[in-house]
Amino acid sequence: MRAYARLALAGFRRYSTYRQAMVAGMATNVVFGLLRMAVLAVAVAPGPIVGYDIATVATYVWLGQGLMSVVVLYADKHLAERIRNGDVVVDLYRPWHLQRALFADDLGRTGYAVLVRLVPPVAFGALFFPFRWPDVSAVPLFVVSTLLAVTVSFGMRFMVNAITFWLLDNRGVHSLYTVTTWLLCGLSVPLTFFPDWAKPILWSTPFPAMLQAPIDVFLEHGSPWPILANQAFWAVTVFVAGHVLLGRAVHKVVVQGG
Amino acid sequence: MAERVYAKLVGARLRGQMSYRTSFVLQCVAQAVAQLTELVIILVLFSRISALGGFSVHEVVLMYAIAGTAFGIADMVAGQLDELPTYIRTGTFDVLLLRPLGTLAQMMASDLHLRKIGRVVGGVAALAYALSHNDIAWSPFTALLVVVAPISGAVIFAAIWVVANAVCFWVVDGQELANTVTYGSNAFTSYPTTVYGPWLRRFFAFVIPGAFVAYYPSLALLDRPDPLGGPALLGWISPLVAAAAAVVAGLVWRTAVRHYRGTGS
Repeated sequence: MRAYARLALAGFRRYSTYRQAMVAGMATNVVFGLLRMAVLAVAVAPGPIVGYDIATVATYVWLGQGLMSVVVLYADKHLAERIRNGDVVVDLYRPWHLQRALFADDLGRTGYAVLVRLVPPVAFGALFFPFRWPDVSAVPLFVVSTLLAVTVSFGMRFMVNAITFWLLDNRGVHSLYTVTTWLLCGLSVPLTFFPDWAKPILWSTPFPAMLQAPIDVFLEHGSPWPILANQAFWAVTVFVAGHVLLGRAVHKVVVQGG
Repeated sequence: MAERVYAKLVGARLRGQMSYRTSFVLQCVAQAVAQLTELVIILVLFSRISALGGFSVHEVVLMYAIAGTAFGIADMVAGQLDELPTYIRTGTFDVLLLRPLGTLAQMMASDLHLRKIGRVVGGVAALAYALSHNDIAWSPFTALLVVVAPISGAVIFAAIWVVANAVCFWVVDGQELANTVTYGSNAFTSYPTTVYGPWLRRFFAFVIPGAFVAYYPSLALLDRPDPLGGPALLGWISPLVAAAAAVVAGLVWRTAVRHYRGTGS
């Protein structure tokens, strides 16, 4: 357990070294937030859409801009690269469980991302737009929801990467995953805007648990408990699935001498 | 002579990309899906509203389709410029300077992203849908505009790509800022310019000539006056704007390369 805590700390430090990239990232994030905000603000100007008025839209956009880097909505390629070039063998030899070690590293990254990626866009949104703060009692639930979102996202990314054990070039799977996530997680348009028949289908996939769920908890849309239960279900499911996948992959790995 | 070299370079790259066939097909599909995802978002939005910035769903889809097709073509040809910071950091760019060919053309030919064809196909499909669902004032001129607009748009996007990435010659970590301008202008041009506030509009529509990619040509196709008060002529001059943008991009690139000193690594 101590080793994993250390890994998390190392993850935090590793990401905090890129300061210039952080400033550039912030600027990019704000510009995209403004572009998304413009479209949705015009859409709700004549009247609220399914409970989304201008303040809700602003909160949805800026919280989403912040959460997207905390949760990570595209598949990073770090593990996939190590599988491709064979370095993963070294990782598998180490006295740790690879999935848990990477998760610890990802939690460290999350801690850093909350500070520099979540807080600035939310502060920007709250300063320049009408904003909907939740009741104090919802804040701990939002924290739990965000952690679950990160767990689901990590579990999915781990699996997308692990597929490289079988495909070698998995860039296709990576791009498909990213595209699907962006549409179904609720980043581009609130999921409640979708037609009523589509909503149960959307929520039966793991994607809303990554972004729309914590946003809904923050906006206090409905009771938070079914949302958190959905997230917990997906967190456990994708983690176990990843574990099984890794187990099978390890049996497949052939270390060629040299 | 030089043309043959480029043809060979591009051919070799294309064969390389096809070697992992499953992955290549999946990437094409992903690009097409990515393109149509934006269409789904517009349709979902319009299932709750009837007009956006004064335009109906079919009119917005027309703008999105022209912009999406143009961006797909530009991404295929110029998207490789996103790798420029890596080229500069690792010193690979110095190798390009040693060869008796243009650096910009070499960068573009170094990895033509054939998988982006999926994005173009998705865009053209959306364009066909939009054209059949809008009341277009068909004439030889509008028919020509349908073909010319995405191509002019592609040239404008490619010019934006060149200028934005040329910044990386000065700022080594400028990639993400360049993305703001390239991918940001894609997001901007997919919706009517009337949606945006004055500051975003000034920058993305006129400093970067984003309004000439899809907004003005769409107004001409729909035979609608500009709600922003611009003359009708603006819908027809996209090729001129594209040519001007290309010249500016060429000049910026030349200045940037002259300024380049290498990273010493």
